[in-house]
Amino acid sequence: MLKEALVNKLDYDELSNCMRCGFCQPACPTFRETGYEAASPRGRIALMKAVADGVMEPDKDFVDQMNLCLGCRACEPVCPAGVPYGQLIEQTREAIEEVQEHPWWVKAVRKLAFFHLFPYQKRMYQLGGFLRFYQRSGVQKAVRKLGVLSILPKQMREMEAIMPEASGKGIVDFFGGTVIPAVGERKYRVGMFHGCIMDVLFHETNRNTVRLLSEAGCEVIIAPDQVCCGALHAHSGEREQARHLARKNVAAFHKADVDIIVSNAGGCGAMLQEYDHLLAEDAEWQEKAQWFAARVKDISEVLALLVEPKAWQSLPQRITYQSSCHLRNGMKVTKEPVNLLQAIPGATYVQLREGDRCCGSAGIYNLVQPEMAGSLLDEKMSHVAATQADILVTTNPGCLLQMKAGIHRAGLEGKMEAVHIVDLLARVQQEEKPLSTPE
Amino acid sequence: MLPESIREELRAIVGEKNCLDKQEALVAYSYDATPMQQALPDVVVMPKSTAEVQQVMRAAARHHIPIVTRGAGSNLCGGTIPVGGGIVLVLSRMNQIVEIDEQNLTITVQPGVRTVDIHQAVEALGLFYPPDPGSMVISTIGGNIALNSGGLRGLKYGTTKDYVLGLEAVLPNGEVIRTGGKLMKDVAGYDLTKLLVGSEGTLAIITEAILKLIPKPQTQRVMLAMFADMAQAARSVSDIIANRIIPGTLEFLDQGTIRVVEDFKQIGLPTDVAAILLIGQDGEPQTVDRDMERIAAICEKNDAVQIKVATTAEEADEVMTARRSALAALSRMRPTTILEDATVPRAAIAPMVAAIQEITERYGLQICTFGHAGDGNLHPTCMTDARNTEEIERVEHAFEEIFAAAIELGGTITGEHGVGIVKAPYLEWKVGAAGMEIMKGIKHAFDPHNLLNPDKMFAKQSRNRVVVQRA
Repeated sequence: MLKEALVNKLDYDELSNCMRCGFCQPACPTFRETGYEAASPRGRIALMKAVADGVMEPDKDFVDQMNLCLGCRACEPVCPAGVPYGQLIEQTREAIEEVQEHPWWVKAVRKLAFFHLFPYQKRMYQLGGFLRFYQRSGVQKAVRKLGVLSILPKQMREMEAIMPEASGKGIVDFFGGTVIPAVGERKYRVGMFHGCIMDVLFHETNRNTVRLLSEAGCEVIIAPDQVCCGALHAHSGEREQARHLARKNVAAFHKADVDIIVSNAGGCGAMLQEYDHLLAEDAEWQEKAQWFAARVKDISEVLALLVEPKAWQSLPQRITYQSSCHLRNGMKVTKEPVNLLQAIPGATYVQLREGDRCCGSAGIYNLVQPEMAGSLLDEKMSHVAATQADILVTTNPGCLLQMKAGIHRAGLEGKMEAVHIVDLLARVQQEEKPLSTPE
Repeated sequence: MLPESIREELRAIVGEKNCLDKQEALVAYSYDATPMQQALPDVVVMPKSTAEVQQVMRAAARHHIPIVTRGAGSNLCGGTIPVGGGIVLVLSRMNQIVEIDEQNLTITVQPGVRTVDIHQAVEALGLFYPPDPGSMVISTIGGNIALNSGGLRGLKYGTTKDYVLGLEAVLPNGEVIRTGGKLMKDVAGYDLTKLLVGSEGTLAIITEAILKLIPKPQTQRVMLAMFADMAQAARSVSDIIANRIIPGTLEFLDQGTIRVVEDFKQIGLPTDVAAILLIGQDGEPQTVDRDMERIAAICEKNDAVQIKVATTAEEADEVMTARRSALAALSRMRPTTILEDATVPRAAIAPMVAAIQEITERYGLQICTFGHAGDGNLHPTCMTDARNTEEIERVEHAFEEIFAAAIELGGTITGEHGVGIVKAPYLEWKVGAAGMEIMKGIKHAFDPHNLLNPDKMFAKQSRNRVVVQRA
């Protein structure tokens, strides 16, 4: 029964800490869109508490409302009482997942993705290789020409259209090793978290991350046994599987004995930084998880600390920035990416109106809640268009894809490009010095 | 339970999508920001126009269904909790700024407009709407008017009541009345505008308001003054005013609050001082500079331990952080935060804070006090846990004594939060038996069948006056 599952999973103390002041509401995208109390963080917490108190049954409306939440956590920084809403919604989704009966095909897809694909990086590379073949062999062109894609829902078609070129090889393969020495004097020993999808669809960003770190004086360790961060699992109610992945990552980086663990995807970084909470009840792993969580930093934080923008090439373009929710609200990184962008010589930084609001990507939200995601994206693109920027910078792969889809959807192609901050900084970094790789 | 036929009728008026009676909706509209208060309505109705409000009101009157009108539900007096069930009428879909009249310096708004949106809209034109309740980023103007909300600028600029020039409202019989207008002078008959402001949704449903605007002040400056002695902080407040300076902001933090804020934010506040005053002034640059100097001199004369005047925007922000963090810092200490608003004449702040301290200690509770020293409006804030019923009982008794102490010092039971259900038992302490009778008569004249926000303001039974003995 869902009710029992919720009573078991929900942190009743945190539910009680919500003082119902409503300060979260203006920050919540789904509340702004609907104006409906139940579609706000305060409302969702009230519903959770009502179930825990036995005031209401967790019916279909309850589940629908919990699924409508983007999980962007914009409500957390504005909450006077410091209620960790992100954790509450994850607990709720874990309970829902425990009792939910999915149709057979959803079950199959979930099982495949969550248990047989994301956790195994080798399989991700195989899938990458297959995608690369699809994209390069002409099959993609043929498929598009034949109009086969028209059977897909609009959101999926839009995603297919902007899918970056995949790779069957990760960065370890590219660099031919797991240790990339620092250029010049070594300042830090940095563990690079390469991510599961990042290393397949954004291998260039990963490559640039290693290059920028190395040139900034970091010895980069690509811990070989690392796996997917588990964020997609945790947000979809598979917290146990997320814990399983967390233990593997903690072990991999602990063994590598690094000073900093760097992430270049806001969604992953926030998850990694919360491993101590995720494994809080695991006596065996608690201490190591704290060691791990304390070391996680976003790439922008590390670069802001180490790079010298004076050496950058001039880039006479208008740049705007859409911040990733989990980087901002989870990792609390707000200034560094903007400071880096503002430091680019010749560039004009234009602030994006409501650049701190979710773009609607939110993991797989844009696929499962296309209506809400679409209306959030349209609003986002109206603000983006108003900046008249040449380059729209993001810090997370999901947001980057969503922004590419948004540019496509708003007919801004050719006028504007969406770029990961790392790739933009690699562009302005003076000529590429060859990186020495281990033998 | 409402019969299906009545739900049908309501759906026909506002449309299927704007009439909700599923469990989820009933729970979501069963509370506001008041701790420990909750009651389920029978149905939630979200009208989009005055005409729809009229029709809903007529239907409710026909079937004798209570109506509780609501905006963002940010009030702290239980004013929007549907204690008797019935209809929760949500006005947040009526959220248009109808007109900004730069000739007459007025703004006409629907009740669901957020207060902060009014601020932004008029400030973009160099105009100013001063009332700034602490919850203004979420609160709606309809709620501000219904509760006559105050805020940080009350001392110099007054509260919501001073800016409402005219109202459109639906009466419990479904008739629409218009009071006041774009007029600075109007003595035609009883002042129904002022009567509806602060009537807490018990007399009529406000569907439009004309508000007064003033020119936006050119500059703003702030300072923090720290005192080792509470009485000297209080004396500084009265000395500032006696010297004919009316600051834009004059806020107060007691030692308990300072300690919690410093613990939470580490902004370098001295935790051994008895009180901090946050003083701000706005207006013409020369006047502001002169006032800030004179205020600093007054605080120094009253043995301020330290004075920090902000010279840059960053410093001003730093200074403001102390006051802004108070609620967050306090609310993180224990699960339940009870923010009250006893108010006394400005000169009585020191004895009032002393009384609160004494009561707090006697009941063994955690109550810190901060608030608007300039207008005597204090926020004794209790950190507790609603699950601890024994402690909650002590909290209730302590607050009862705090309200009694406020009355005894010539103050009132609520300065800006409203009576609602929470303060209803104490209203008679403030207005007396004859006052209660005349108020009930007014309620009856507007709402003979007691449909609008029943059980608010008028408790079924009033509490006996507690006589507080102090040394």
